[in-house]
Amino acid sequence: MELIKPGTNIDFIRLRFVALGVSWAIIAIGIFSLIYHGGPNYGIDFTGGVMVHVRFPQAVQVNDIRDALNSAKLGESTIQDFGAGGTEFLIRLPVESSETQGISDAMTQALAQKFGKDAFQVLRVELVGPRVGQDLRQRAVLAVMFATVLMGAYIWLRFELRFGIGAAIALVHDVFIVVGILSLTGYEIDLTVVAALLTVVGFSVHDTVIVCDRIRENMRKSRRESMGSLINRSINETLSRTVLTTGTAILVILALYFLGGNVIRGFAFTLLIGFIVGTYSSIFIASPIVLWMERAPARR
Amino acid sequence: MKNSSLLYRVLLILGLTLVAIVYLMPTLVTNLPQFWKDYLPTQRVHLGLDLQGGTHLVLSVDVDKALENTLDHDIEDLKKEAADAKVAIDGIERKGNRIVARIGSGDARTQFTDLVKERFPNLTVEDSSTEGGVATLQIAMTKREEQRVRDLALDQSLETIRNRIDQFGVTEPIIQREGTQDILIQLPGIQDPQRAKDLIGRTAVLEFKMLADVPDADDIIAGKKPVPPGTEVLKGAEGERVGGRAQRQQYLVQSKTQMTGDVVADALVRPATQMEGPYVALELNARGAKQFDTLTGANVGKRLAIILDNNVYSAPVIRERIGGGHASITGNFDIKEARDLAIVLRAGALPAPVHVAEERTVGPSLGQDSIRQGIMSFVVGGSLVFIFMLVYYKFAGVLADLALTLNILFLVAALSAFQATLTLPGLAGVVLTIGMAVDANVLINERIREELRLGKSARAAIAAGYERALPAILDTNTNSFLAGLILFQFGSGPVRGFAITLCIGLVSSVFTAVVVTRVVYDYLLTYRRLQTVSV
Repeated sequence: MELIKPGTNIDFIRLRFVALGVSWAIIAIGIFSLIYHGGPNYGIDFTGGVMVHVRFPQAVQVNDIRDALNSAKLGESTIQDFGAGGTEFLIRLPVESSETQGISDAMTQALAQKFGKDAFQVLRVELVGPRVGQDLRQRAVLAVMFATVLMGAYIWLRFELRFGIGAAIALVHDVFIVVGILSLTGYEIDLTVVAALLTVVGFSVHDTVIVCDRIRENMRKSRRESMGSLINRSINETLSRTVLTTGTAILVILALYFLGGNVIRGFAFTLLIGFIVGTYSSIFIASPIVLWMERAPARR
Repeated sequence: MKNSSLLYRVLLILGLTLVAIVYLMPTLVTNLPQFWKDYLPTQRVHLGLDLQGGTHLVLSVDVDKALENTLDHDIEDLKKEAADAKVAIDGIERKGNRIVARIGSGDARTQFTDLVKERFPNLTVEDSSTEGGVATLQIAMTKREEQRVRDLALDQSLETIRNRIDQFGVTEPIIQREGTQDILIQLPGIQDPQRAKDLIGRTAVLEFKMLADVPDADDIIAGKKPVPPGTEVLKGAEGERVGGRAQRQQYLVQSKTQMTGDVVADALVRPATQMEGPYVALELNARGAKQFDTLTGANVGKRLAIILDNNVYSAPVIRERIGGGHASITGNFDIKEARDLAIVLRAGALPAPVHVAEERTVGPSLGQDSIRQGIMSFVVGGSLVFIFMLVYYKFAGVLADLALTLNILFLVAALSAFQATLTLPGLAGVVLTIGMAVDANVLINERIREELRLGKSARAAIAAGYERALPAILDTNTNSFLAGLILFQFGSGPVRGFAITLCIGLVSSVFTAVVVTRVVYDYLLTYRRLQTVSV
């Protein structure tokens, strides 16, 4: 069986300006969304706060929960229907000081007063103090930046500087698009989402490596071919592999997304978007940059 | 020669598979035979708190408070030493992390400075200024002493918390220092996390003070009259109600602490009787017994307040002198609370207050759900990839699936062997590994197809396929491995579990996808005279 017929020759290089436009458009929309929402939608892992995940035996109205919490005067709470037919909710409260003891307890007591003690189940409690939240946020940003630079450096050492720069720019592009889409779709950025983002960074380089590897091989074989057509041929020759690998990865990610439960849905969604964008950027972003850097010195 | 290399590789693969199965058995089989328990590994795959349920806590110890407490003690000692040496001090008090002493005469000032130098090597006079004939000395702890106090506070807190948890009864808790002020605690499978948190986080400073014997105490408590010097108003313990209203009883007590909880040798719960609820009986050590004897003897007919963390639990009237070192704490609590109270009194007080800096609690039912959903996505995702490889690559697909099966086997066995923790993201990592591990097979197979298209023989195409695909396979996996290492560095708990499964999966996938499948081809080429490749 063959999905991509041998001899396929799509002129990816010619499409690079279209791709550039599409990428910039998506990034711009993402940035607008980020500005509109006042920055990324960080979860309590990064902002600090308390989150209680409760499950009721039957559907409950959000307003009833809000009433219960308001009567306990616990501060500004956000209540999120956690997609189980109105039976599961995430309730969040900000934490102002390091005096965190008993907030989650007060929350469950307020619910018990309204709905009865055994009328609900506390599935999860997460509490992150302000100091820990800030620390985690710094480390997350540093980790993503460091990973991007490290991947670029690796490609530079194994191939050439321009391949490394192309790969690094493609990664930055991927991270921007994924964060933008997360903001648009309202997914929260928590620790697992950052883990997924780092995985995307690792995976996205896969395709770049494969294409670069083929470009280098073809460069040795034919010295006379123009760089543009050489890159194009290399992408086409590896296209089948690219589509297949991304395809199988996306198969399992879809399984995770639909069957893995709502606790890791944000994680699965980030992987899904990231893997698609990562594959796209290797072809349409990283490779044209290599080409452009080939031509740039010649123009001087 | 070719054959012996093939033999070694076959033996290596069979050996590794056997080892992997041995490490997997304890997880799969609940009742291991005796000989197995004697000679073979018995550890199961270790589940993270997010899968088995439990509480992860990071407590931050208020070490600054410990510093302040130490300075307060130093002030008492300084006063005493100064009085003994007949050095006149006008005033001495603590301001933040410093002791400020005011001294009038110049002689006294020199004497006091010498005193600090000689008798208090842990303190240094940092600054002095004179204004209107009165010198103000600023005394601080030496850096080394400060560090020692901080470390001690953290170590003592850790020890105390460990004692409390041991007595509370949690299987396989993890309690360790983290950084300069945090204590990390993991309590797997506990049913009542709130109770555990209350127990662990309670400072549990026990004090005995006399109730202030003044006629207008009620007015002072109500705020109508000023609080007389040397006394303070303290709240009663929670649960005590005044006349049915939700208001806590208040007491006017003398500020001077008569006795503290460090003299408690043992604390036992006494069950409820018809007359009263359960109470905690205290047994005091020899020093405590003597103190208590003197204290009660001197104060017959007065009320003694028993105070825990600045809440008055009870204030009984001393009816007679109490010798023998027995005291008791009664109050309005149930048997559980009495038990927890006894635990904290036995384990001792924390040297400084603690705050919860991070908590992640997962109830057992959510953990069960997560395992079920994780396995479900594993089965479905895995099957899809399996079937796809078969359909797409036919015989080469069978090989890829064989490699994939071994890969999963090795991965889970490695988790068990290294006692790595399998978390929910880790489980997702296993699923993701299935989808990504076939990349190596895809690379090889696509290359073989290309070589075949060039008209090469089966043997040549296979050789070229593996050889040409290998650098790319190594590069891509190294890259992902590096990303995994960063992930491990960055993450905590669940995320680390993901990083670990991802990295182990990468290593084992390179082995199974490259070495294992190649062995099968080599066998077929050598012994079955394979002429065509089904790819």
